Order: sequence, then structure tokens, then C-alpha cells
Amino acid sequence: MVPMSYLVGLSAVLFTIGVAGVLLRRNTIVIFMSIEIMLNAVNLAFVALGRRLGSMDGQVIVFFVMTVAAAEAAVGLAIIISVFRNRATVNADELNLMRW
Amino acid sequence: MTAQFPALALILLFPALGFLFNVFYGNRAGRDAVNLVGPGVIFLAFAIALWGFARLLAMPAGAALEVTLWPWIIAGQFHTAIALRFDALSAVMTLIVSGVGAIIHLYSVGYMAHDKDYARYFAYMNLFALSMLILVLADNLLLMFVGWEGVGLCSYLLIAFWYDNAQFAYNGRKAFVVNRVGDAGFILGILTILSALAAQGVWTLNFAELEAHRAMLAPVATMAGLLLLFGATGKSAQIPLYVWLPDAMVGPTPVSALIHAATMVTAGVYMIARMHFLYTLTPDAMYVVAVIGTVTAFFAATVAMVQTDIKRVLAYSTISQLGYMFMGVGAGAFAAGIFHVMTHAFFKGLLFLCAGSIIHSLDGEQDMTRMGGLWRRMPITYATMLAGTLAISAVPGFSGYFSKDLILERTLAAGYAGLWLIGVVTAGLTAFYMFRLLFLTFHGSSRVAPDKHVHESPPVMTVPLIILGALSVIGGWVQLPNGWLWGGAFTRFLKPVFGPFHTEAAQGIATSAIGLAALMATLVGFLLAYLFYIRQPELPDRIASGASALYQLLVRKYYVDELYNLVFGRFLFWSSENVLSRGVDNGLIDGIVDGTGLGVEEAGEVTRRSETGNVQVYAFVYLLGAVGIVAYYVYLVMVR
Repeated sequence: MVPMSYLVGLSAVLFTIGVAGVLLRRNTIVIFMSIEIMLNAVNLAFVALGRRLGSMDGQVIVFFVMTVAAAEAAVGLAIIISVFRNRATVNADELNLMRW
Repeated sequence: MTAQFPALALILLFPALGFLFNVFYGNRAGRDAVNLVGPGVIFLAFAIALWGFARLLAMPAGAALEVTLWPWIIAGQFHTAIALRFDALSAVMTLIVSGVGAIIHLYSVGYMAHDKDYARYFAYMNLFALSMLILVLADNLLLMFVGWEGVGLCSYLLIAFWYDNAQFAYNGRKAFVVNRVGDAGFILGILTILSALAAQGVWTLNFAELEAHRAMLAPVATMAGLLLLFGATGKSAQIPLYVWLPDAMVGPTPVSALIHAATMVTAGVYMIARMHFLYTLTPDAMYVVAVIGTVTAFFAATVAMVQTDIKRVLAYSTISQLGYMFMGVGAGAFAAGIFHVMTHAFFKGLLFLCAGSIIHSLDGEQDMTRMGGLWRRMPITYATMLAGTLAISAVPGFSGYFSKDLILERTLAAGYAGLWLIGVVTAGLTAFYMFRLLFLTFHGSSRVAPDKHVHESPPVMTVPLIILGALSVIGGWVQLPNGWLWGGAFTRFLKPVFGPFHTEAAQGIATSAIGLAALMATLVGFLLAYLFYIRQPELPDRIASGASALYQLLVRKYYVDELYNLVFGRFLFWSSENVLSRGVDNGLIDGIVDGTGLGVEEAGEVTRRSETGNVQVYAFVYLLGAVGIVAYYVYLVMVR
């Protein structure tokens, strides 16, 4: 049995990598990939803790998260395509219509 | 004893409804409707007043009718209500105000027939009637002050009625401001009275209760009396606050008749009579009242002698006659003062309406040097004006004789021989300038401009003249000298109001040399006027050029307006312009308002820079917030 701290630690590291990607990458699609990394990090944490507590709740929640992640990815990519059609770019720095 | 008489409220309700109708529907309803409602409501008020008067006569002497409309102020121990009191004194005043007021409203229908602002005119007139009736019917000092302020406001509105003319608007403002100065004194007087009573634990301004607690007022009587008097000099145009009245003549002539002759200006006299229980505590203040009245009477009469504008002569004449009323109440003859209020309302109202008739016929001409020889073509106006002139000159038998004679006699009986003498001389001056007015306007050769179409006024205007003319003749017969027929019925009627300060009826010329002196003065005045303006018309100009300095002094009204302008006016206008208008209004208040807006704008300028439009920046901030919350909870767990 792998110690809990390793699993939760890995989850934290993955989450942080995902956050860094969301904040620092310029390409919108890469930002989405980073969001997926964050979601999977959370999934890992849920499963690990579920096993630790001896309950199936963790794994059930992972089901939900995966479903939502898939739907969100679909919608998000549709938005990116729409944005690209209008602005001919997916560079986040250039998508600042809401700027003052 | 008092009885409840709810119908009293109708006396106020009718003019109030008239005002509301004329203000909101007048223009839509049309001239005929306004001409019906405007005078109509005042006639209705007069009818109710008559009903109340009949009721009062049937009750024992000293009775009063009362009604409390609703409680007004309840502050700790201080209670005031909107309540009306109809005793002998307020009955007389109410009948004068509503009666003469109704007649003048009727006359206005004809006078304002070609004016496009008829609705606004009758609205203001009805509002004035309402305010004046509140003033005379109030049963406490505070409600009376409400009416007092109301008539001041309406006076301003009506003087500046044709406000397109900048001078007229200025005169209206002048009247209001001078009045306001007097009102400051009035308020201080009320507060003095209240503080004296409150120190003893009594919190009321009700007249009946004030009279009951008269003894508590003794220490402040002189102060309060003088302060209230200051207010009265503003309202009743006495020295030093009379300067607004001659300039108020720019308003429509019926306004001059109603407000500045018959009713509003008598409010000061009524107030002093109402507060007789206060004034009789302080012979000093009463002497001041009498002196101010006498000096004003003489002073105004001298100015009236040389004025050429017909309305200005009448304006100064009003100031002079009001001086007589103050002389009367100052000498303790309260009922005599009120009697002169009544007769003056009749003849002065009449004189102003006649002047209006002439002005109307001559298409706006008010300069007597451009009149003359009108008696043939305006016979009714002439006859009634003659009646009014005889009345004001105190010719025996006419109303003014009985009232003026009573005042003079009472003044002498009170021991003021000097004041009496000045009063007699002024009576002579009165006869002079009034007959001068009559002769210049109606007699002699016509100096009227050839393009004027001189015609008698329509019945809607001449009928009021005839009514007031009849009243000017017989109106004084309610108070005959001692022993004649019913004797002093008027003063007897008012006796219960004034109690121990009752005014005895006059002794009459048959039994006293006093009345004879005044009669002589009147005769001299008449003969001089006849000499100057009928017999030898070139004489006045010779005298004027001979004594030109004195003549100029009189024509320029003793330069009082110029003096006031110099002492008060310039500083007032300068400080209003620079300190208040520029400094406070533009600088401070606009500064705060605009400044608040500018501040918000500046803050916005600064904070909008956080709107980068860059989602990643927003995500970062979101992260910081989330970390903060988690850290907080971790902290809580750790510490626990």
C-alpha cells in the first residue's frame, strides 16, 4: 500500500502544475489542457482518500467529475473555435475585448 | 362663554377651494368659470361670517364661537391646534375682510377682463383671502403668524403680478424683504412671550390662555411689545418699514385696494388690539406705538401733498391713516383703532377702486398732470370718489369723521396733547391732499392726451364703487357720539373683548372743542386745495419753485429710499452677490455636489485599470482569493 502522503502530494503537485499552466501559457488550447490536468489531480485525490476512508464515495465523485470535464471540454473547444473564427487568434494576450 | 360652531371652518374652506380650483383648473376652465369661482367663494365666506355674526349677537356679551380643526403641534408640554375663534373683535375683522374682499374680487372681474393671466390672478387673490382670514380667525399667536406670513407672500406674488417688467418684480421683492425684516422682530416677540411663560411652566400661545396668564408676562411686556411692534411696522407700513408700500402700487389696482388699503396692512393694528392685554402692561411700549403712528401719519401726509401719481398719493394716504390707527391703539383706545380700520377699509378701498376705474378708462395713465375735467364723462366714478374723499377728510356725517374724531378725542383724553395736535394738523393735510387729488383728476380743464377714449366703467366695476360709496357714507353710523340715538354701539359691542380697556364713545363736536379743532383743520385744508387747484392753478408751481429745496425734499420722499439703499442696500446686495451667491452657492454647495461627482470619476479612473481584459490575470486573482480562504481554515484548524 502506497503511503497516503505520496498520493495526496502527487495530487497537489499535479494541481499546481495545472494552475501554473492556466496562468502562464498563452495558447488558449494549452490553457484548457492545464485545466484538465487540474481536474485529474483532483480525481486522484478523491480516489486516494476514498480508499483511505474505505468508502466508495470517492470513486463515485470521480465519475461525476469526469463527466463534467468531458462536457466542459466540448463546450470550451466550441468557444475557442468561435473565438478563432472572429478574431483569427487563440493567443490569450490578444483576447482582451473586456479591457478598459 | 364659548360655543362650538363648526361652520367657521367653511370660512377658510371656501377660499382654499377657490385657490385650488383656480390654480389647477383655472386656465382649462376658462374665464367665465374663474370669474364665477374667484369672487363666488369669497361671497360664500362672507355669508358664513354673517351667519356667525348673527349667532354671536344672539349670545350674551363676551361670548365667542370656536372650532378646533385639528391638533397641530404637540411637543412635550407645548400644544397648539389649528383652532379658530370668532369673538366680537375677530367678527368685525372677518366681516371686513370677507365683505370688502368680495366686493373687490367682483370689481377685479371687470378690471382684469383683458388680462390673459386671469386664473393666476384669482388664484393669488383667493390665497390671500385665505391667509388673511386665517390671520384674523386664529385663536393662537402661532396660527396668526401663519396667516401673517401667508399674506406677506401673496402681497409679493400680486405686486409682482406682471413680472415681465423687471422694476415690478424688484418692487415685489422689496416688499417681501422689508416685510421679512419685520417678521424677524415678530418671531422674536413670540419667543420672548413663550420664554416668559415657560419659565413659569406654562406652555401655550393661545390668546385666551395668554390673557389669563397676563401677570406672568409683566417682566417681558415692554420687550415683547416692542418686538411685536417692529413686526407690525413692517406689515402695516409704519416708520421705519413703510418703504415698500408706495412701490407696491405697481401691482393691479384691485390688489392695492384689497391688500394695501383694506386688509393686509391693518393686520398690525389687529395684532396690537388682539394683544391688548400685553400692551396695557407696558405704558412705555404703548407710547412708542402712539408716537410712531403719529409721526408716520404726519410724515406720510406731507409727502402725499406733492406726488403726481394718483396711486402714490393714495399709498402715502394709507400710510398716514394707518398712523392714525396706531395712534389710537397706542393711546389705549383699541376699539377706536379697529373702528378706523373698518371705515378706512370702506373709503380707502373705494378710493383705490375709483383710481382703478380712472386708470382703466385712461388706458393705464396714472399721472394726475395728464388728467382733469373727467367728472362729466365718468359721473359714477366721480360721485363715489367724492364720497370717499369726504369720508377720509373726516367731514361730519361721513364714516371717516366718526372714527378719526374718536381717535383724536381718545388721544387727548389719554394725555397726549402733543400727539393730538400733530393729529389735528395731519387731518388738515389729509383734506388738502385728498381734495387736491379730486380737483386735479376730475375738475379743471382737461389735460388728457387726445388719443385717450374716456368712458365710464362697466357695471361690474361701478356697482362695487356704489356699494363702497354707500358704506363710506353710512359705515360710521354704528358709532355715534354719546347720547345720539344708539350712541357708541360699536365700542359697546367690542367692550367684552377689551374688558377694562374699553373705549368710551366720543363726546362729539356739539359738546367739545376738540372735535371743532379737527373740523377747522379740515376746512382749512379744503379751502387751500380749492385755492391752489381751482381758483389759482398757477399758485402751486410758484410756491414749488420758490421753496424748491423743501419741495424737492418732499417729492423725493425725504430721500429715505436713498438712505436705506446707502446704509443697508449696498452692503446687502454686495454680500449677497459675493459671499452668498459666489461663495456659498457656487463655491461651497456646487463644490460639494460637483466635487462628489468628480471624486467618483477620479476613483473610477484609478480602479478601472484593474480591468485588463486578460483572463489569466483574473484567474490569478481568483487563485489568491482561494488560497486565502484555505489558509484561513487551515489556520483555524491548526490553532484549535
